[in-house]
Amino acid sequence: MSNNSANSSSLVMAQRSVKQLRLEASVRRIKVSQAAADLKSFCLQNAHKDPLLMGVPSSDNPFRPPKSCSLF
Amino acid sequence: MGEMEQLRKEAESLKDQITAARKAVADATLPDTVSSTAVVGRVQLKTRKTLRGHLAKIYAMHWATDAKLCVSASQDGKLIVWDTLTTNKVNAIPLKSSWVMTCAYAPSGNMVACGGLDNMCSIYNLKGKDGNVKVMRELAAHTGYLSCCRFLSDSEIITSSGDCTCLLWDIETGTQKTTFAGHLGDCMSLAVPGDFKTFVSGACDFTAKLWDIRDSNCTHTFSGHESDVNAIAFFPNGNAVITGSDDATCKLFDLRSDQELITYQDSSIMCGVTSIAPSLSGRLILAGYDDFNVNIWDSLKAERVGVLAGHDNRVSCIGVSTDGMACCTGSWDSFLPSFSFKGQDNVMRLCKQNKQQYL
Repeated sequence: MSNNSANSSSLVMAQRSVKQLRLEASVRRIKVSQAAADLKSFCLQNAHKDPLLMGVPSSDNPFRPPKSCSLF
Repeated sequence: MGEMEQLRKEAESLKDQITAARKAVADATLPDTVSSTAVVGRVQLKTRKTLRGHLAKIYAMHWATDAKLCVSASQDGKLIVWDTLTTNKVNAIPLKSSWVMTCAYAPSGNMVACGGLDNMCSIYNLKGKDGNVKVMRELAAHTGYLSCCRFLSDSEIITSSGDCTCLLWDIETGTQKTTFAGHLGDCMSLAVPGDFKTFVSGACDFTAKLWDIRDSNCTHTFSGHESDVNAIAFFPNGNAVITGSDDATCKLFDLRSDQELITYQDSSIMCGVTSIAPSLSGRLILAGYDDFNVNIWDSLKAERVGVLAGHDNRVSCIGVSTDGMACCTGSWDSFLPSFSFKGQDNVMRLCKQNKQQYL
């Protein structure tokens, strides 16, 4: 009995595995040359707005402690 | 017996097909494509703020979309919402279960969520009428620990679990809408892109998977890591994912060409990656490791361009704010009973690029 149920659950798993692989095999793939070029251009085009990459002037840095406080 | 053998053969044939299809589009490599691009200069980030208050290991942190607030979770049984500019604690939420492993901030800023060894995802309403933060929902269905959670909206959240599945929940009703099954090992981490139509998960079966949220299908499985995938994040353009693994490497997998484009590794790095986050442009990848450091990688050239030292302890989590201004790291104290309430080793540090320093 238990052997049969073990067999049928292995069968179900194998069927699921094949179904999944069929799906993954069917996806459309673009060329790596295009993918890599797109990654490169995205990085380069957005570099100027990347604060961790470019740094920001202290005056624009919200985390930098203020130089002085004035009370009026 | 005949059918099992047939299925086995078909599975092998399909795997060969996938390998061949990936090879067929591999007409270039990322290193070749960027051969004329210069490596970024040395990156030095300064610690700008230290958020003190947790009394035990900090397991996770997540930025709010306003880039000012963030939430952290610690095994001292608290969820703390911080104002990172003032370092004030906006909320200190006591948890029913202190064994928390993940936390998340809803994009709206109205809610936070957390979970861990209680196998549940607890949702907290930050904007309750009387000002008190209360549990709104307890999402229970996972049969293993909650490793990660991410809100899609105020009404939907995705969770990943040690039970090898991810779940999409309806927060209103507190019920599971969709199950994402397929990983053969504990799911350790998940990430959601800007369009909220898909998500990626990393697991202890050494793979990362891309899932379609609406139809629950796994459309891509990325192999290559030689150990558990602990950390995963989307590249900012949504077309690639970066992963961190116990095999001491990080990898970039491109979604549209369905393959790994590059590995971030160094022979001197021999310990696992615990956390990962890209900078705003994706050019920098910040990865937290078991050797207490954060290594900063040039994502295109695959070279290490900086290190964030300064934690005395294992970096458990890292996050770059949505405006890209700051990165926040949380650390994990090596547990010494006599110093368990010292406090100051359980800190989160905010690091901000200082222009003068950088030059």
